[in-house]
Amino acid sequence: MRFWIGMAITFAAACGIVAFVNFDYLFFAGYTILMFVMLATAWNILGGYAGYVNFGTPAFFGLGAYTAAVLYKAFALPLPLQILAAAAMSGLLGLVAGVLTMRLRGIFFAIATIALVVIMETLFINWRYAGGATGLQLLRPALTPPFESYIKMLFLLMAGMVLASIALARYIERSWLGRGLRALRDSEEAAECSGVPTLRLKLFACTVSGALMGACGAPMPMYLSFIEPASTFNLNYAIGALASPMIGGTAHWLGPVIGALILSTLQQIVTVTISSEMNVLVIGVLLVVFIVAAPDGILGLYKKIMAAIRK
Amino acid sequence: MSRLLKIQNLSKSFGGFTALNDVSLEIAEGERFGLIGPNGSGKTTLINCVAGSLRNETGQIFFQDREVTRLPAYRRTRLGIARSFQIPRPFTSMSVLENLMVPLEYVIHYNDRKSTAHAMEILERIGLADKADSPSNRLSQVELRKLELARAMAARPRLLISDEAMAGLSGSEVDEVLKILFDLNASGITIIMIEHIMQAVMRFSQRVVCLDAGKIICEAAPAEIVKHPEVQRAYLGV
Repeated sequence: MRFWIGMAITFAAACGIVAFVNFDYLFFAGYTILMFVMLATAWNILGGYAGYVNFGTPAFFGLGAYTAAVLYKAFALPLPLQILAAAAMSGLLGLVAGVLTMRLRGIFFAIATIALVVIMETLFINWRYAGGATGLQLLRPALTPPFESYIKMLFLLMAGMVLASIALARYIERSWLGRGLRALRDSEEAAECSGVPTLRLKLFACTVSGALMGACGAPMPMYLSFIEPASTFNLNYAIGALASPMIGGTAHWLGPVIGALILSTLQQIVTVTISSEMNVLVIGVLLVVFIVAAPDGILGLYKKIMAAIRK
Repeated sequence: MSRLLKIQNLSKSFGGFTALNDVSLEIAEGERFGLIGPNGSGKTTLINCVAGSLRNETGQIFFQDREVTRLPAYRRTRLGIARSFQIPRPFTSMSVLENLMVPLEYVIHYNDRKSTAHAMEILERIGLADKADSPSNRLSQVELRKLELARAMAARPRLLISDEAMAGLSGSEVDEVLKILFDLNASGITIIMIEHIMQAVMRFSQRVVCLDAGKIICEAAPAEIVKHPEVQRAYLGV
């Protein structure tokens, strides 16, 4: 119950900001931060709960973005339908990737997911209709009331998607699905011998995680009014999506949320105040600090401190 | 007694190495069955094939007269084949209680409340109740062995395969684990025991099979098998 009240309050706050604040940069930056919260939450379903480290975030995110862009160019499909189609495509990619890599574990799985990014980028570089290597300029459609600015609408949309994906991740974590995923992360063989259908659960996690990443990428072409392969399939998405749960903590749905909020906010601040190249350094430094000092992330650190106080 | 498990002409090789060579075996419902043999003779490979962790190349496996040769491990667990691991493999991110909830949820399909209560019952029976809430990576060796057995029990098996559940335990701890296995058998569970502690195998088993280099070299009652010249040569080293 407390969770749902928190969700409602957060969404109301987002609506309030949209209604009363008129400062476009805030929404541009806020959209990016929210986007990384969603990517981190999606990543954690496969990477955190099931323990399959995925470097392929840009492939799923980019496929979602391109699905939306191509459907918009071809049929002028409205944004909600673009998002659904993007989620379906990226979910399918997750399923196929899961089937193809089902015998790979650990580092080998991670390598295969990097290959996925390269494959997707090559594919779209060579697809003339989708803009090829030079990219595709897109005109935003006319605004629908009550929104007076397009970026505000995107910000609110992303806030809604973030909350929905958090609710989904939390549901998975707390249900029998979550226990099964944790069991297969700890020992795949023992999980299988305890009746857990490990392959099916893994494919489920791949599909859901991929679909959420795709949905997250869908509004990107409209956000930029532009899409091109090099930035869409950028490995920075992979690093951001992976580093946030590591910093926040992978065991709990709140971990990636906290991690992404801290990391992306810091990155935005560094981009504006110092340089847009320096922001990648923030991830690197924080990641090293946390892996050495708090391997279970902020949530793990908090638990440890609370346990020490109680003693 | 009716037949529970039937293994027919089972062979398994890893590359050029033949781990199991044409093994055939039958185990009756309610039996206490011992499996012995020197290291590398194929004991664990055999039960990996029975439990479904490995796929055999040739041969067939029947459980309650139903062929399970091609079924994945989780389906076999749901049919009633449970096992413990030689090197304990607890779910380290979970508490002892949660470890048991995995099979209770996935095999028996209990809900959260019911599986908590039932897991507690099993822990009490096996003597781990006071450790229910401790993280499973903080257990001692004997507690880990018990957890392996408890988790296997939670799947409510008809056949329990105990893979060296007593290796490295002290004399009194061996007795403790042995008592658990006797109790389980008394409640109707068929048990296959793989063990190097001969004294335990002798006391526990009604029938013993000795494997050597992937072949069954002898099958007999415990008292007779120790006298068998082949077994003495290959395993006992008398």
